[in-house]
Order: sequence, then structure tokens, then C-alpha cells
Amino acid sequence: MSDDLALPPNTVATGGPNRLRAYRRWLPSLAIIATLAAIWELSKIVFAIPDTKLPHLISIFTEFGERTQGGNGPLWIELMVKNAGATFTVAVLGFVIGGVLGCLLALVFARSELLARGCLPYVVGSQLVPLLAIAPMIVIGIGRAGAPDWLAKSLIAAYLTFFPVTVGMLRGLRSVPADALALMRSYAATPWQVFWKLRLPAALPFLFTALKIASTASVIGAIVGELPSGSPIGIGPVIVNAAQYYSSRPQNLWAAVFVSCLVGLFFYALVSLTERLIVRRRVS
Amino acid sequence: MTEPLIAIDGLNKIYQSAAGQVTALANVNLTIQPSEFVSLIGPSGCGKSTLMRLIGDLTQPSSGAIRIKGKTPEQARRDRDYGIVFQAPVLYDWRTVERNVELPLEVMGVTRTERTRRASEMLGLVGLNDFVKAYPWQLSGGMQQRVSIARALVFSPSILLMDEPFGALDEITRERMQQELLTIWARTNATVIFVTHSIPEAVFLSDRVVVMSPRPGRIEAIVSVNLPRPRDITTREMPRFFELATEVRERLRH
Repeated sequence: MSDDLALPPNTVATGGPNRLRAYRRWLPSLAIIATLAAIWELSKIVFAIPDTKLPHLISIFTEFGERTQGGNGPLWIELMVKNAGATFTVAVLGFVIGGVLGCLLALVFARSELLARGCLPYVVGSQLVPLLAIAPMIVIGIGRAGAPDWLAKSLIAAYLTFFPVTVGMLRGLRSVPADALALMRSYAATPWQVFWKLRLPAALPFLFTALKIASTASVIGAIVGELPSGSPIGIGPVIVNAAQYYSSRPQNLWAAVFVSCLVGLFFYALVSLTERLIVRRRVS
Repeated sequence: MTEPLIAIDGLNKIYQSAAGQVTALANVNLTIQPSEFVSLIGPSGCGKSTLMRLIGDLTQPSSGAIRIKGKTPEQARRDRDYGIVFQAPVLYDWRTVERNVELPLEVMGVTRTERTRRASEMLGLVGLNDFVKAYPWQLSGGMQQRVSIARALVFSPSILLMDEPFGALDEITRERMQQELLTIWARTNATVIFVTHSIPEAVFLSDRVVVMSPRPGRIEAIVSVNLPRPRDITTREMPRFFELATEVRERLRH
């Protein structure tokens, strides 16, 4: 009866091909980085772009080793790690708040078609408002209302997070085939059982796709949220600061951009790893 | 004659569609005996799936009555009288084969040890003992449908409803699955209602073939299949098999 087996359940790959696969996996992205770096440096030569407009890549990275505050302060890298940590904390808080809110909205919308139709346009509309304009309204407004500083800052990250989570989770909850629901009905399952054993696990892959989008968006949200809060630490203030001195020291701003990208990547990787641990799915 | 297991009396089903009213079933009367194997056959739109779904309380009739051991279909469903197999296996990707089969028992609050015991017994019956820990997507279509059958029978329902269960399989796998279904059925006391498009499949499996016609969906004829059991590959070569297939085909032409 095993003749119609499509795929052996225990395919154990040996070390050799596995290592080769790891190379194959990382090689394309490394090649792209190398190409981009080459284009960067080449265009500097070809178009004769001065260092004040586009610094050498190497000077951006050596910037991390420089001492701040006229050569007496901590190394730039120390400062950046501290600030990146602060921004990451804000991003995670916002991600959690937005994620919970997004899931709750999706659950409500999945239960009531009327509410979904009525409210979804406003959910979409919320993302069309210029973020830069509403950030001060929300952060300063909520701060004046007595909310703690960390909450005020993370609300923008939450604002960017809840949207993809609402849309993704709703799609996931609605992804259950009618026949799967009919089977549950034939077992005389309670609505609670249908949710826990069918709807929620079926929605998880959709939820994680949304969470991955949200993880990177929440870092941007955290940076934007830091700006009106007046707080001195975080990547947001660093960027504002570096932007003011861009004409004299452009590598500072580039370094800050680089760091904020790393924070986003790190968060994304964290969510992907969680997904792999939780979602048991076909490996395509 | 024993007390019928299923009694259908004057059943009508009318759908509201954009084009107006569609009569899916008109005045259907049918009785089915315990442990009987009955096929519903007919072209698309004859209401055979609708009739199966009405019996299983997956949809409601417009008028008429269905009695299952004297109960309403809803009561029978709440008593877990129905095991259902659809054309698609509808397995849960995130559960192993074993845990898929245990699902109905989980819903019904059966203890873990009892669940494992019954699931492994059913998986043995459908010949999947070696694949309990595999995931559904690691199995072929035929094997997935076996899991689906094991899941439908694991709580020993008295009625097995099958909606074109082998419709998506190739002809060779299909004939083998038909043979296996008869073996499994012989070991249970289940009454089977089997929806199909295939004339040889209906004749090979059934005690009676209910021939249906569309617009409006109704019962055209009922053909009794008096082929000896157990049936096997030689059954398909009997002259009587061809005669019965021809009879069903002619009834379908009306």
C-alpha cells in the first residue's frame, strides 16, 4: 500500500547537501549586497559625487568606532546600541498593543458581517492619514492626558501594526472551507471548539504573514513616535540630530539608517522564528 | 421488513437564487434500511448532494419530513449518528494523520488513551498503520481519503454519508478504494449513503441505486442490485453487473 506514497515521511537530509543548501540560501542575498555596494562606490567615481553628498561606505562603518561629543564621549556604536535598544522596546510594545487590538477587531469582524462592512472602510482610512501629521496629535495628546511616556511613544507603532494584523487575521478566520465547518457541525461541536480546533489554527499562517509585515512597520512607527515625544533617547532623536549635521558629517545619518534597518531585520527574524516553531505547515 | 432507519416523506427543497426560485428537490420519498448501502446517482443539478445534506442536517428542507430512527435529523446529528466524507479529504494540515482521526473524539470529550486506541484501530482498518505520525500533505490523494474515512468512522456513527468521495481520484486508485470501502463497511454496521456520478461505482458498491433526474430534482427510479456479496474484481466481470449498469444508464437517460 506504500506504492502510492507521495513523499516518505522521514526524509533525513545528510550534512553535505544541507551545507550546500545553506550556501544556496545565503548566496543570493550576499550577492545583492555586494552588487549594491559596488554600484554605490562606482557611481561615486563615475558621477564624481563628493563625500558630503554621498560618503564612502567604509567611512559609514568606521563612524561606529568614532568617539562622540568632540572625541570625549562614548563610541558611536555604544550610543547606537543604547538608542536602538530603546527604539526596539518601543516597537515591541507597540507591536503587542497593535497585534492584540488587530486580533480583537478581526474576531469581532469575523463574527459580524455587518460590523465588518461598517467599520473596515474606517480601518483602511486610518492608514491613509499622513503619519507625520497625526504622530504629534496622538503622542502629545495622550501624554497630556497623563499616559506614561513609553505608552505615548509606542502608540504610533501600534497604529501601524493593528492594520495588517486586522486584515490578515480576518482573512485567516474566513479561510476555513465550508466542508471543514460542516464536519465540525456533524460532530455537534460547540462554537468554542470550532474556534480553538479549526478557525484559530487555520488562521495562524495568515496571522504570521501579517505579523511579519507589522514587525518591520512597528520599527518605523516607533521612530516616528519618538520624535514628538521630546525624549532624548531612541533612533528617532538620533536621526533628527544627524540630519541637522548632514552637510558636514553625512556618514552619521547613514549609520543611523543602517542601524534602524538592522533593528527591523532583527524583529522580522524573531517573528519568523516564532512562526516556524508554532505553525506546522507544508514546507513549500 | 425491519423498521426503516431513514424515512423520507414528501421532501421538497427550494433555493432562492438571483434568477428566482430553483427547485432542488421535488416530492422525494425514500426509505433506507439499517446497514443498507444506497447510492444516489444522477447528473449535476439533480439534487443528490442536497438530499445527502438534508439527511445529515447540513441544510434544511423547505417542506416534508426526514426521520432517522424516529428522530429529526438535528437530533440525530446531536446524537452523533453521522460520519461524513466529502470529495475533498478536508484534513487539518497542522495535525498528524493520527491527530486528524482523533479530532471527532476530541470534540466528543473522549479520553486521550481511548482516542489513541480507537484512532490506531481505525487507521489499521484503512491500512495506514505506518503513517500515523505523517502529515496529510505527505500522503497521496488516495491515502488522504482513507484518513478521511477513518476519521468519519472512528466514533462508530450509524450512518456514513459520502459525497463523491472518490471523485478526485484516478480510475485505478478509485477501484481499489471501492474494494476497500466494501471491506470496511462489512466490518461496521453502518448504513451508507453514497453520492456518485459513476454508474459502475454505484452498481459495484450498492444494495440499491437511487437514480435521480434534474429540473426539478426528483427520484426517477430505484434499481436493486442483486449481486452476491462479498464483491470483488470478478463481480465487475459478471454479465449481471453489465445488465444492472445498463439498466441504471437507461434510467438516467429519461
